[in-house]
Amino acid sequence: MAMSRDEIFGEVQEVLVDALGVDDDEVKAEATLMGDLGAESIDFLDIVFRLEKAFKMKIPREELFPAESLMNSPEFINNGKLTETGLAELKNKMPYIELGAFAKDPDINKLGDLFTVGTIVSYIGSKLSAA
Amino acid sequence: MRWIWIDKFVEFHSGERAVAVKNVTLAEEHLHDHFPGFPVMPESLMIEAMAQTSGILVGEAKNFQEKVILAKVKKAVFYDYVKPGDTLKLDAQIESIAPEAASTSGKITLGEKLIAEIDLMFSHIDQNLGGKKFPKENFVFTETFELLMHDVLPGSSSSSAPKSEQD
Repeated sequence: MAMSRDEIFGEVQEVLVDALGVDDDEVKAEATLMGDLGAESIDFLDIVFRLEKAFKMKIPREELFPAESLMNSPEFINNGKLTETGLAELKNKMPYIELGAFAKDPDINKLGDLFTVGTIVSYIGSKLSAA
Repeated sequence: MRWIWIDKFVEFHSGERAVAVKNVTLAEEHLHDHFPGFPVMPESLMIEAMAQTSGILVGEAKNFQEKVILAKVKKAVFYDYVKPGDTLKLDAQIESIAPEAASTSGKITLGEKLIAEIDLMFSHIDQNLGGKKFPKENFVFTETFELLMHDVLPGSSSSSAPKSEQD
């Protein structure tokens, strides 16, 4: 299935509008799911289910939103920050993500800011091109 | 009063779909306050009735091993009043189910008339919430709920056709 980034964005936008009860124009590529769009943990599962239907693919939750598995391991978290190993693991699990400033100050409270609408679009794009 | 808002299941297709009925009666105390002189079933209780129908469907899909908790009301739209004497049909379907959660869609009808559309999400709480520990026994699915399924248990005439056992 060949889809342009704009087409993927359109579908993702529709999914987020339905799942989070937000308006079309709030769902911008740089909007963070938790901070800007008010997503809670159960919403992430809702989003995963809806994306699976919209794009007809299987999405393992920890693949799209790997934060929880990182949070629960002392190997990856130390003193409220991701360790070197944790950061490497995050990069490994989410190669499509732009770490930017987070790599310099990997405070776990800012982990949520990494999950933007654009992240989902990139993830779906990488899945589609791998298929 | 017992916190049970469906009377029995009339169809049960494991992991896919279940239909329950609810008979509304003036013996329900709250109808006299909601509202005096104009008794109608509260919409919140219609959501609860659908949550029980869908929740049991989701629980049965994993042999009642998971603690299934209502986590999100994705959609609840109501089209008409429900009055004493009405027999509601609650039709629930599993849309998606994963180790941690399930999503369902549901319709409530009165005869041919659509009363409500209620889509829900359930959490399997032992698989969520960062490994928080809950009591070992399954406090969600109790004996009361078993009663509801008498008509649709394997062996009864109204249950779904048994799976063939060919080699």
